[in-house]
Amino acid sequence: MTRRQLWLKFTEHIDPLLLLGIVLLMLTSLLVLYSADNGSWNRPLSQLANIAVALTAMWLIANLPLHYLMRTAVPIYLTGMLLLLGVALFGEISHGARRWLNLGVATIQPSELMKIGVPLMMAWYFEKHEATLTLRNYFIAALLLLLPVGLIARQPDLGTAMLISASGFYVLFLAGLSWRVISGLFVAALASAPVLWSLLHDYQRHRILMLLDPSQDALGKGYHTIQGMIAVGSGGILGKGYLKGTQTHLDFLPERTTDFIFAVYSEEFGLLGNLILLALYFFVIGRGFIITANASTYFTRLMSGSITLTFATYAFVNMGMVSGILPVVGVPLPLVSYGGTSMLTLLLGFGMLMSIETHKNLVKT
Amino acid sequence: MNKHVELKNHQREIFYFRLRLAISIGFVLVLMAILLVRFVYLQVARHEYYQTLAESNRISIVPIVPNRGLILDRNGLVLAHNYSGYTLETTPSNTANLESTLNELSTLVDITPKDRKRFNKLLAERRNFETLMIRNRLTEEEVARFAAQQYRFPGVEIKARLFRDYPYGTQTAHLIGYIGRINQTDVDLLEENDLAANYRGSDYIGKTGLEQSYETELHGATGVEQVEVDSGGRAIRMLSRTPPSSGNTLVLSIDAKLQEIAEQAFGKYRGALVAIDPSNGEVLAFISKPGYDPSLFIDGIDPQSWDELNNSPDVPLNNRALRGQYPPGSTIKPFMALAGLYYNIRSPNRTISDPGYFNLPGSSHHYRDWKQGGHGTVDMFKSIVVSCDTYYYGLATEMGIDNIYNFLSRFNFGKKSGIDLEGETSGLLPSQEWKMKRYRQKWYAGDTVSVGIGQGYNLVTPMQLAYATATLANNGIGYKPHLVKEIRSSRTNESRLIEAHQEVDMKLDPAHLELVKSAMAAVTQPGGTAVSASAGATYSIAGKTGTAQVVGMKQGEKYDASKIDERHRDHAWFIAFAPADKPKIALVVLAENGGHGGGTAAPIARKVLDYYLLGKLPKPLVELPENEEVEHD
Repeated sequence: MTRRQLWLKFTEHIDPLLLLGIVLLMLTSLLVLYSADNGSWNRPLSQLANIAVALTAMWLIANLPLHYLMRTAVPIYLTGMLLLLGVALFGEISHGARRWLNLGVATIQPSELMKIGVPLMMAWYFEKHEATLTLRNYFIAALLLLLPVGLIARQPDLGTAMLISASGFYVLFLAGLSWRVISGLFVAALASAPVLWSLLHDYQRHRILMLLDPSQDALGKGYHTIQGMIAVGSGGILGKGYLKGTQTHLDFLPERTTDFIFAVYSEEFGLLGNLILLALYFFVIGRGFIITANASTYFTRLMSGSITLTFATYAFVNMGMVSGILPVVGVPLPLVSYGGTSMLTLLLGFGMLMSIETHKNLVKT
Repeated sequence: MNKHVELKNHQREIFYFRLRLAISIGFVLVLMAILLVRFVYLQVARHEYYQTLAESNRISIVPIVPNRGLILDRNGLVLAHNYSGYTLETTPSNTANLESTLNELSTLVDITPKDRKRFNKLLAERRNFETLMIRNRLTEEEVARFAAQQYRFPGVEIKARLFRDYPYGTQTAHLIGYIGRINQTDVDLLEENDLAANYRGSDYIGKTGLEQSYETELHGATGVEQVEVDSGGRAIRMLSRTPPSSGNTLVLSIDAKLQEIAEQAFGKYRGALVAIDPSNGEVLAFISKPGYDPSLFIDGIDPQSWDELNNSPDVPLNNRALRGQYPPGSTIKPFMALAGLYYNIRSPNRTISDPGYFNLPGSSHHYRDWKQGGHGTVDMFKSIVVSCDTYYYGLATEMGIDNIYNFLSRFNFGKKSGIDLEGETSGLLPSQEWKMKRYRQKWYAGDTVSVGIGQGYNLVTPMQLAYATATLANNGIGYKPHLVKEIRSSRTNESRLIEAHQEVDMKLDPAHLELVKSAMAAVTQPGGTAVSASAGATYSIAGKTGTAQVVGMKQGEKYDASKIDERHRDHAWFIAFAPADKPKIALVVLAENGGHGGGTAAPIARKVLDYYLLGKLPKPLVELPENEEVEHD
């Protein structure tokens, strides 16, 4: 094989447009991390390592043919459920929540696995029953969603539980759940809000109340929101300039390399920068939708649609939380926040999108 | 035909799916529009407002650390308080060359090698943007000298701070504990309990002792000040202020003077003493000897002092009263006697003939009495007075381990006493189940024999034994021991009294109690094992001696204190309550390697009793005899 052939073989299953969007966001991440870490290379370099690992995983998944992808659904879901049960029974408590499982060699957070596992399982289920879909099937799929979500909400990790619910709901929605049921669910959700409120942990209620009036707890949870809004607001239209954010560099911003990294970005690059970032996200999301529209099977349509919509939800929830319209739930800004686990989970998803796109002609419909 | 329908269905399906997809795109666009509107609102409409907050006049939220609560003894003597003083501090991130700065500083202010080592340790453990202390307790003169030269040292400043002081130092170290700088473990724990906000600005947290157990009472509520600061971080104007409220004052049941006397009574001995008011569980004295200087730990201990404390063969950091586990030895006998009466195994008058040893039926192994040749004819009363081992070997064997376990566990043997200090150990009261779990072995009759005299698997802490003694003194009604008897609110000046909490009423037969207690009173009379305890006393003392073996004896070997390395000599126990008929105080003395309970532990107890009951101060301390020839109990 010539070098060119080798290169073609290597990139055969990579979607160049999607990769472009992802890489641009990753570059943004490194740029902002350098500033957020007060001009140190520590975080950017270790983020680079995270990126390398995640891109490799993405490449592997992208090269995986679709029928293999489908075959992984049940094992991944069952493993995830077992681990979640393990966490509930023997999990390690950290920061007041039982989220981690110590396997001896490493501690893992099984809810992270379920971010992929749940939509995968639901899409698999719908594909199996494609020919004969009735309301009963939607009900069973909803159960497949609610079991893990219930376990995760109990840990308690409300943020992740809500995000997984969203990704599962997207599968139901794309699978054609009737509008009647959707509006019924909506009404039921509204009606059960008081009940849910009473089930929440104190700190969760606290966070929601803080959103209404952050100044109530200026030293505690409200501090995050106040400082985040000051950073975003003071950025103005053009921003204060790279490495010149006073909120960031005078140590006012908490968690500025992880959940609040958007505040750093927004302070230094302003409204203009925000528009560029939104455009970048929309570019990735748009490509995801195109891949979804062209997907060849029921399973891949549902899966790629859910992955894309979930990605959009992450971005919205994080930016909404930093700019003070959503409670602080601990969701990172996708592809930008520092952290290896979320980077890996996201790129596994994008790897699936690429596989779906590049293998579609090999599948007979 | 059929095929055609299917195809059509498929197309319909694709159509519906794309419709849903279009709706999804719309949904995403709506979300983005929401964000956009929010960004425009924050960054354009409200930009000036946030600009003011962030840029020219940044609002700084300054926590105001509350004063830590005081700790007083029952008579109002101060055991822990705060004083203000000056410290020399630096923010490493603002200081160019730390090493040369320190060298130059030492020409103005005395900086010892110990200070340097401590500083380097703090430097290694520091959190971001924290200021680190170089020296504390600056003299007025040093403050003046530095102030004149301050311009030479950017990033170094003098601060007025509150310091914690423990007037009784070593004597109350194991009781009061100490505070120390908040480290990462503390931060994690605070975050876990959602307390991090209240510790913003706080540098210290209770690390051991009451300072730790009552941290939430002592810390107080942090206040907050919103100030406008200029770009250099200097405060310009105060916007609002919520004052802090000081921590609450703890009033202990401890009598500081009694504590002092007890501590000194130990002389050169290591050990522990716990004295309790049996009628309510109030702890009157709580000693673990040797102690240590708690002030060393407050600002981070220097490595040299740490090594000395940590590697000392005297283990001064070990809280012996709370965590030291020793075989109870013969102090278990009064409780065993009560058990024998309770289960109707022995009537008081039944006598045994003691040949000086005991053997199980069908076995030639001799369980020896401490007295060669035995005590002759022994009934229950005498068995306590002369501490006859043979009597209890037999009693334990007849009673069986299950009964022993059930009865003694009601005195909280093998359980924590529940005192309001963290880190208590629970001792060990063996049972069949325990042995199976621990050693995967069944219980043998031979195991029970030595349990009868408090050897074998048994382990107690001085705290536990003190609780059991107090419960016995109070006729089987036990009160949970506690050190804090009152919590005074700093804000309202209201007092919360800690109520006596009745743990158990064993409903013991008064006749049984009468027998055991009168035998214990006879222990301190001529013929008993602790005569020295009550010589010349104007009140009656009920007591029991005990010895805890440090090294085992071979069959047929004889214990000879003078031939054994000092640290392998037996530990001496003495438990007592007085006045014997109406006890006001119950106590436990453990003198490590003290040999015999009557010889070393009982005189210590006597000094404590004399002061508590008569207000009598001990004579200037006489050195305790080292190799006094005393009878073994």
